Amino acid sequence: MRLNLTINGARHTADDVWPGESLLYVLRERLGLAGSKNACEQGECGSCTVYFDGTPACSCLIAAGQADGHDVVTVEGIAEGEDALHPVQQAFVDAGAVQCGFCTPGLIVAAHNLVERHDDPSDEEIREELAGNLCRCTGYEKIIDAVHLAAERKQEAGS
Amino acid sequence: MDFIRPSTWQEALEARSAVPGAVAIAGGTDVMVELNFDHHRPPALIDLTGIAELGRWRIDRAGDGNGSGGDTVRLGATVSYTTVIDELAEQLPGLALAARTVGSPQIRNRGTVAGNLGAGSPAGDSHPPLLASGATVEVESVRGARSVPIDDFYTGVKRTALADDELIREIIVPAARGPQQFSKIGTRNAMVIAVCSFAVALDPRERTVTTGLGSAAPTPRHASDAESYAAEQLPWHDRDPLADAVARRFGELVAAAASPIDDVRGQADYRSHALSVMARRTLGWAWEEYRCA
Repeated sequence: MRLNLTINGARHTADDVWPGESLLYVLRERLGLAGSKNACEQGECGSCTVYFDGTPACSCLIAAGQADGHDVVTVEGIAEGEDALHPVQQAFVDAGAVQCGFCTPGLIVAAHNLVERHDDPSDEEIREELAGNLCRCTGYEKIIDAVHLAAERKQEAGS
Repeated sequence: MDFIRPSTWQEALEARSAVPGAVAIAGGTDVMVELNFDHHRPPALIDLTGIAELGRWRIDRAGDGNGSGGDTVRLGATVSYTTVIDELAEQLPGLALAARTVGSPQIRNRGTVAGNLGAGSPAGDSHPPLLASGATVEVESVRGARSVPIDDFYTGVKRTALADDELIREIIVPAARGPQQFSKIGTRNAMVIAVCSFAVALDPRERTVTTGLGSAAPTPRHASDAESYAAEQLPWHDRDPLADAVARRFGELVAAAASPIDDVRGQADYRSHALSVMARRTLGWAWEEYRCA
């Protein structure tokens, strides 16, 4: 099938797509958007998290055919420019929340969504909201620090 | 493999009838795992997410002829767990509690109660509260529509009363008439399939207690003896604290209703023990809520 979808605000077309392949496969292998990571292919790890019509979802669990005509934002679309980092990304760098980096794209999308919806999230809320993103390096503490830092900076910037 | 994207319910029913073995997909949290790992390659997928009416819920008020004597919630087949949690926790507290334990935020945003039913896994988190609430599954095919009481829906491990040409249109769940509770055992708080799970609902007006056991038998089931025992023993009128002996006996009867197996997630003995503990605790929580109401 021919797939038409909006990714990070731009219209994209992919041809000869098998409708049962995952949106993640379309992003990575057909459109060259390798930011979303492929690990478990069963929704366990969250490395492939994207916004699908504005809601965080595992792109490995969305059939390509279901994505036709829909709106996707990947980790590549979180920052505003090529050289700029989004404040959530900067907070991950500053807090030391990135080690091997494999889980980072999915965590950035999940953390971005969290900070958009919570001004001052508690540790418990952060753990709950990021429960679907596995990290095997950091032990999560620095990731939680990064979310607090991003939320604080957002509040400072807004006040 | 065909990919069918009906925009109306009638088109979906026709597709399901025309392609034997076609699989309905909504959130994809079960179906896509099968496809990604090449465990199953159905002749066709029917994407239900383009049918707007399936994504909605509504409340039928008592007295509008819904036949139940109280408010009922009609839950469309593609309503997500997140929607149940955010919008229906007041009417369906047991189901909302169970929904909160499903997967992760990403999974809850996509996964659906109807998908849980269609998959028919004995470990599905929706089943215990649907049993305890006395839900009805509205199924339909080109041959016609029928209402399947939840007690008749589960027929075996991953087998349901759904015929080859039928789809789940909506689930009718009576709104809570009293406190409801849910508990689930797993290795962590998120992303776990239940080792076992338990739901309880109190109806103080009728003075009944209803239950649902998950991951404790080939199909989700009630603990009928525990239900009648608690209904008789609870001090409905005086609202006294729950007696330890009653709570314990209730737990024993719940455990006795299970037929658990040893598997990778847990042992039968552990499941029986855990069920008795969960039953005792959830009855205590629900009873305290009733006493303090």
